[in-house]
Amino acid sequence: MYKIVEKKILNKDVDLMVIDAPLVAKNALPGHFIILRVDSEGERIPLTITEVNGDLVSIIYQKLGYSTNLLGQLEAGDFIEDFVGPLGRHAHIRDVKSVIGIAGGVGAAPMFPQLTAYKKQGTHITLVIGARSKEHIILLDKYKEICDEVYIATDDGSLGTKGFVTDVLKELYKDHSYDSAIAIGPLIMMKFVVLMNKEQNLKTDVSLNPIMIDGTGMCGNCRVSIHGKTFFACVDGPDFEGDGVDFDELITRQSYYKDEEHVCGLGLDKK
Amino acid sequence: MKTPRTAMRVLDAKERQTNFCEVAEGFNFEEAKLEALRCIDCKNPRCIAACPVGVEIPSFLKMIINEDIEQAYYKIYEDNILPSICGRVCPQEKQCEGACILTIKGESVSIGALERFVGDYALKHKIVKKEEIIDNNIKVAVVGSGPAGLAAAASMRRFGYDVSIYEALHDYGGVLKYGIPDFRLPKDIVTTEINKLKDIGVKFYKNVVVGKSITIEQLMDEYGYESIFLGSGAGLPSALNIPGENMSGVYFANEFLTRVNLMKSKDFPSAPTPVKIGDNVAVVGGGNVAMDAARTAKRLGAKNVFILYRRDMDALPARLEEIHHAIEEDIDFRLLRNPVELLGENYLVNQVKCEVMELGEADASGRRRPMGTGNFETFDIDSAIISIGQKPNPILKDSTDLLKVDQWGRIVTKIHQTSIPGVFAGGDVVSGAATVILAMGAGKDAAVEMDKYIKNLKSE
Repeated sequence: MYKIVEKKILNKDVDLMVIDAPLVAKNALPGHFIILRVDSEGERIPLTITEVNGDLVSIIYQKLGYSTNLLGQLEAGDFIEDFVGPLGRHAHIRDVKSVIGIAGGVGAAPMFPQLTAYKKQGTHITLVIGARSKEHIILLDKYKEICDEVYIATDDGSLGTKGFVTDVLKELYKDHSYDSAIAIGPLIMMKFVVLMNKEQNLKTDVSLNPIMIDGTGMCGNCRVSIHGKTFFACVDGPDFEGDGVDFDELITRQSYYKDEEHVCGLGLDKK
Repeated sequence: MKTPRTAMRVLDAKERQTNFCEVAEGFNFEEAKLEALRCIDCKNPRCIAACPVGVEIPSFLKMIINEDIEQAYYKIYEDNILPSICGRVCPQEKQCEGACILTIKGESVSIGALERFVGDYALKHKIVKKEEIIDNNIKVAVVGSGPAGLAAAASMRRFGYDVSIYEALHDYGGVLKYGIPDFRLPKDIVTTEINKLKDIGVKFYKNVVVGKSITIEQLMDEYGYESIFLGSGAGLPSALNIPGENMSGVYFANEFLTRVNLMKSKDFPSAPTPVKIGDNVAVVGGGNVAMDAARTAKRLGAKNVFILYRRDMDALPARLEEIHHAIEEDIDFRLLRNPVELLGENYLVNQVKCEVMELGEADASGRRRPMGTGNFETFDIDSAIISIGQKPNPILKDSTDLLKVDQWGRIVTKIHQTSIPGVFAGGDVVSGAATVILAMGAGKDAAVEMDKYIKNLKSE
């Protein structure tokens, strides 16, 4: 059992939890993820580590499906059944002078440790952060501390530019260039950012979050095609160079259990 | 007088397709005694040598005849800590029963069923062997709680070591829990047998991925383990490497079986992990895992489940019993068919295209080599389950520079020791995907070498 030491509500859909998990914290690096199970019958859900402090591991999750909603019902002082990690390969922090991070929605969470690592090596950091509306922009204050420039886009225009992160990028690319890019967010966002950056000859690292079971390379549920070759996001990733990733295939794989997810969610009120 | 081999009672073939209850029901006391009496107590019992853990079979059979099942259990337990499991899943026809002198004359003694009878009797009557373990307070670690790790841990504990098992998943047993379905090996049996190791003082830690959470180096340097056994199994699924393999609806058997067994998808939505296969399911491969996948698919409600295998019926690598049970359950064997492409719409699979094969000369495996005919056949499917083998998981290798592996990712060992002094390995991670009992044999043998290694170290 793993103790929830702290819980912060970031917005109505997204929470941050700090979990006491010394063996996850021990070897964790930016880009690593964990898998948790809320209770003894629970699904295994993968989440990227946002921050590590001593024995404490922070995660940020969006209450989208049954299991994340169940997790959201727990409070500080409660316990989580299982919490394993650090999993995956840690992020490849490139030796560059400037980097542009493009974060969409809750993708701002896995982006945070990576940009923090860039900050530590003195890279100039530009962040483009987007979400549905102002209240869905997360970690903005923390990002302002580490980023040299921050641009915001919201679908409804309630904060920053009205539109998508790609609209902001289009403007920036008119008179700015960057050595490297990271995009983390919804698959559809990563797909278009990678395409757009490719036109700029800008390499984009992406972090993928396909459905996983074990997270250790055993089941193959999380496989992804890159330039026609198969990779397992759990052991070969979750970070990959975005060029060549078959995002459309991944979008279908991601939504394969949509109907079942709905059926399961119906039972949530009873818990 | 020749008594015919006692057949095991099985559940009705139609009825069992609707549930996950164990198919083979096991012997009752009378049946067990009758079957044990068939042993002719030959002078040179080849069954013992053919058992990877060397169970003294004639001795325990005699104890059954003498109606002392408790002693029979203790006899088996000396060499095999998991009799209820091995009695169910060992390929006995290739081991003890294959070597039985009666096989030549007709039918061997049903040793597997008798082992199971004794193991289950002990579980039912909560018989625990009182063992006196003299603690030496030397710490050793075991990586993986599957058959190899459990066997190594039990042996080391009996030698007096302070044994800790590290498991990556949230439950113990490895393939016994995630791979083998309930209708062949009920999970409560696995849990109860594993708990016996807890009773003799083996410590269990779940949710620890060695190589990630703690490295091998850290286990040695920071945690003070004098020796480590690696039994992490063969978890990495092999791919067909054909177009369309990453479409939705295409599973590796590992994923499919893990969802159903470990995550209990069969109880969805009361267990929240779903599984979805539709009416028409193609299972690619002919081994035990393929049979498990096909029979599981049937039980989840698939109407048509068919096996695609590139050789013929005689070459199927699965145990005979599993093939028989699959046939009884209306699994359709479409043999001499080799999948060349998975087709679909919008990344959802709906067809599998196969080349029709024929058999040529015998190859290195002694089986006739399948050769393409240039003719193709396409089947409509809702899902496909690829079950053509597993390789060792790469996490240990990737996180341990000094650990030598071969071109298939298998850990290279010399008398069970790896390229790192004090680190031993056994089971599928060394041999590639094999059987529960071979892994247990390797774990047991490796423990003897670990003990020697540590004693040498201490005497220096």
